[in-house]
Amino acid sequence: MTTIPNTSLKQAAATKQPSEGSLRRNQRIFIYSVIVPMLAFFFLFYIYPIVVGFIGSLTNWRAFQDPAERVFTGLENYTKLFADPVFVASLINTFKYALMYMPISIIIALTLALAINASGALAGFFRTVYFLPVVTSVIATALIWSVGFYQPRYGLFNQVFALVGLPQQAFLRSPDSALFSVVIYSIWKNVGYDIVIFMAGLTAIPPTFYEAAKVDGASRWRVFRHITLPLLQPTIVFVIITGIISSLQVFGPIYIMTVASGADKPGGPLNSTIVVGVYQWQVAFNELRLGYGSAMGMVLFFIILVITLLQSRFLRRRWEY
Amino acid sequence: MEATGESSTVRLSTTAVNSDGWRWKRLNLEKWVLWIVLGIGSIAMIGPFYWMFISSFKNKREGVAIPPTWWPQTFTLENWEGLTDLAVGSMPIFFRNSLFVVVVVTIVTLFTSSLAGYVFAKFEFRFKNIIFGFVISMLVVPFSVTLIPLFSMVADWGWRNNYAALIVPILFSPFGIFLMRQQIANIPTELIDAARIDGASEFGIYLRIILPLSTAAMAALAIFTFTYQWDNFLWPLVVLDRPDLYTLPLGLSQFRGRSGVDIGPLSAASFVAVLPILVVYVFAQRRFIEGITLTGMK
Repeated sequence: MTTIPNTSLKQAAATKQPSEGSLRRNQRIFIYSVIVPMLAFFFLFYIYPIVVGFIGSLTNWRAFQDPAERVFTGLENYTKLFADPVFVASLINTFKYALMYMPISIIIALTLALAINASGALAGFFRTVYFLPVVTSVIATALIWSVGFYQPRYGLFNQVFALVGLPQQAFLRSPDSALFSVVIYSIWKNVGYDIVIFMAGLTAIPPTFYEAAKVDGASRWRVFRHITLPLLQPTIVFVIITGIISSLQVFGPIYIMTVASGADKPGGPLNSTIVVGVYQWQVAFNELRLGYGSAMGMVLFFIILVITLLQSRFLRRRWEY
Repeated sequence: MEATGESSTVRLSTTAVNSDGWRWKRLNLEKWVLWIVLGIGSIAMIGPFYWMFISSFKNKREGVAIPPTWWPQTFTLENWEGLTDLAVGSMPIFFRNSLFVVVVVTIVTLFTSSLAGYVFAKFEFRFKNIIFGFVISMLVVPFSVTLIPLFSMVADWGWRNNYAALIVPILFSPFGIFLMRQQIANIPTELIDAARIDGASEFGIYLRIILPLSTAAMAALAIFTFTYQWDNFLWPLVVLDRPDLYTLPLGLSQFRGRSGVDIGPLSAASFVAVLPILVVYVFAQRRFIEGITLTGMK
């Protein structure tokens, strides 16, 4: 952004300090000694793997394979993917997870952000408390949820359900409720993040809008509907997009919760919670089919890219209030 | 909700003058209702940590008691004492491994991000904007794309079961570079020029001017990197299979008692994993939240 002002360089030269040429050279050396290793790094650990992954997805690549056995198979991995019932299930589950997670978490986060914002003296305290799960370990908390809370017999939830007369649930042990159980955990874990983002968005709304509405005698619902919600829209879009993108890549909570609940394998029971991330891991690192797994990564990359591009267009269009 | 809102504002606009005291009481009541509702929600947020804590002091039978006990009746330390001798290995060793990797990664990230951020913020060079755009675009590359090729690279280099595999592929962070560039751009360029005229070297300027003036952003980045890496799971799972090298998340994930997963030892182990971040959070929670709002990143 800011250029090195030429004037100061000239002054430097004029006062017989280090000459302009040597200053320039020093700066050049400094710039290159930072930028060159950085670029080398990104090519080696981002660009090269993307290329290797893409080429690998077009071959019968396996881990620890004799290079001579590796052959080009064209789009075979991709056509196989969409004929593979487990992959189709994993894709559907991934979207189910994102589509269950997003609306519930947005509504809860927005409600809580408004409530915390209005809670006056205790706002800082509540924000700290609701943000707490965000900073703690997924693995540790997911384990406690599945072993301490979701366990069907002695788990806390079923015991409380029995106490208040609700029917007992199988939670993670049943294909019908397992994915939703993980969604509930994820909302608990991440809602604080969205709350903080929403609260930042709320404080960015100019108070004059509210004062004007007050003068006009607008009801609270109308203030929310016609001031808060529209002005918060970019924030809401941001939260939805980042939420969807990270939901599409979910791995840790599903892996941990299904294994800890005693499912047959990660993504169980009966593949009811298998998502693309978990299936890819299984294919690549249990079955060692790296080419097939890479094809999955490419499909996910494509989906995320499309969403990212849609978001940038959407945000640009709706930017002006 | 709509109806009450409507009536209160009618009252607000017509009787604002005469019944100020009444309105004050009403607002106060509302605040109390909010506090109570949010307080109940807070219990849900803190509850799992409380449960972790008390379960770690319950004996095996009480851990699965029906009905559950809300405070350990048979206070025992056996779950904690057993942490050094688990089926999967030793919790203190996992802790030490995690601490080593995460501290190294955090320091390296701070160094490379601030250095690259400084160069992008305060120097002009050819293709600067293109290079910066390229670095930022790396943010949208999902890990599921690079995971498998990275694994194969690391395996070829003989880096499986080697911490180099956990550290080298994240020496530079696109997110960290972006964050530091934004912050360092706010440092007045005159300061840098003045130092240059005084004969300071470029690296000296970075050390003596840029670093001290960007401590807030560095703290946010440090906290972000530390908490994120402390919980890093998928990559270590793929490259480490020697239990003596396991990091905490990996050790926890392989946690098995003789009869499935026992809540007692598991709670103690989980608490060990959660505690360091919890302690830092209690003292520096504002920094955590600032970091998030500063960056709007997960």
